[in-house]
Amino acid sequence: MTHAIAISHLSKTYASGFQALKDVSLDIRHGEIFALLGPNGAGKTTLINVVCGIVIPSAGTVTVGGHDIVKDYRAARSLIGLVPQELTTDAFETPPATMRLSRGLFGKPANPAIIEKVLKELSLWDKRESRIMMLSGGMKRRVLIAKALAHEPQILFLDEPSAGVDVELRKDMWQLVRELRASGVTIILTTHYIEEAEEMADRVGVINKGELIVVEEKAELMRKLGRKQLIVELRERLNVLPEALAGHGLTLSTDGMQLVYTYDTKAETTGITTLLDAVRNAGVRFKDLQTRQSSLEDIFVGLVRQG
Amino acid sequence: MRLAMNLYGMRAIYMYEMARTGRTLLQSIVSPVISTSLYFVVFGAAIGSRISHIEGVPYGAFIVPGLIMLMLLTQSVMNASFGIYFPRFVGTIYEILSAPVSPFEIVVGYVGAAATKSIALGLIILATSELFVPVRIAHPAWMLTFLVLTALSFSLLGFILGLWADGFEKLQIVPLLIITPLTFLGGTFYSTSVLPQPWRTVTLFNPLVYLISGFRWSFFNIADVHVGVSVAMTLLFLAICLAIVWWFFKTGYRLKN
Repeated sequence: MTHAIAISHLSKTYASGFQALKDVSLDIRHGEIFALLGPNGAGKTTLINVVCGIVIPSAGTVTVGGHDIVKDYRAARSLIGLVPQELTTDAFETPPATMRLSRGLFGKPANPAIIEKVLKELSLWDKRESRIMMLSGGMKRRVLIAKALAHEPQILFLDEPSAGVDVELRKDMWQLVRELRASGVTIILTTHYIEEAEEMADRVGVINKGELIVVEEKAELMRKLGRKQLIVELRERLNVLPEALAGHGLTLSTDGMQLVYTYDTKAETTGITTLLDAVRNAGVRFKDLQTRQSSLEDIFVGLVRQG
Repeated sequence: MRLAMNLYGMRAIYMYEMARTGRTLLQSIVSPVISTSLYFVVFGAAIGSRISHIEGVPYGAFIVPGLIMLMLLTQSVMNASFGIYFPRFVGTIYEILSAPVSPFEIVVGYVGAAATKSIALGLIILATSELFVPVRIAHPAWMLTFLVLTALSFSLLGFILGLWADGFEKLQIVPLLIITPLTFLGGTFYSTSVLPQPWRTVTLFNPLVYLISGFRWSFFNIADVHVGVSVAMTLLFLAICLAIVWWFFKTGYRLKN
């Protein structure tokens, strides 16, 4: 089965000489939610814009649903819906009018029922008579999503969908994205909010300085790169780490009330049992234990720093 | 899905642009009609009453084709340039660029809408001028041909301008500093045959002379240059504009980077 999107050795150098993408290869599977993470200027939007036909690549090939984005651009593009990062809307139009344009542009005949359905799903039906310029920022974001969905795309790109959006709308949007995925739509989202990727994505790609550093199942990425910490809360303050515990890779917190043990979740033995025996034998009394798993954000920051 | 040609896409752009005219009716239709009426009052009635005839045609009627051309040219350029420049300016162009529409379909949508508006406007101005002076049209089919070809050519020129401009100032420069002066110097209000040499020869380098002359010929059977030359020049201009637009899309100039 072909991939939803197959990107092969893609590079983009802008006229200014800036190399936004360096030999990127990536396959997006049908029906998955793929989160593309990366700091500002990493190449996320350039990558999306190349796939959508807005930016001409310098090298490499991209197919969408098996269709080459250059040679067979009509078939490729008609599968895609794009929600851009910027709130670029037709200020003087109403939401249904701008959606009709979108639907027509993507080669579909007018269908008021679809327009109504999408507007209702995005809570925009009440605003159907309003000019877009009169809507709030969050509503405008919804209009952009409505436009992207107007032609019933099989692949949806969400470029920074949560930028400038309040918590409630963000949660609504996540719900919508899940529903779209359930209906078979492949979703690629770029985001600054790692929480968003952690919440939603099946797979995560990290891009930095135009290079795709890692592509992994989210759970696998977190398992591979995630570290766990065991925190031993002490009953009494310690000034220095007892000599008997020196060989266990422990660190003493600055207030002297916690022992912190970092371990690898992939390791065959975590060494926790040995450690706790050693703590007890050293006569150190503790009142509580807790573990902490590094978040996707920690992993992301670590990867980008290395890059 | 029609893969050979995205007719829905072309139609969507066309209808969208036509709807924009509906919203800006005052600016698009009413204002050119008022300014044309003022030209008739000033040139036709006030000054024209002192000039009896030019080449056998009453002066009031003589200026009608020139005035229609003046409005047709400026409005075609302004409508088409704004139509494509505005989405570039606000950023909504992303949708056109990411849609499965070919450059040809984009051009037909935008330029077709701009030309339709201009042709409608030209006909409205013709009807308005009937209120001031009796106008006879010797070759109605040729009149419509010139009207359509000119509207198309200058809407294409406007489209090129809208793609080239990187600010509102540049958008205004061409209609105000090039089209309007060339129209005035191209025989809107007079026959270029009345000009002394060398100015008469100089006017032959003004492409608008050929358009106005041909258009006037379709009304009154009088022309500054042969009508065949007018048709050829109009078609040449159209071909040049098409070539430039084709090059823009081929290279992604100002659209894609």
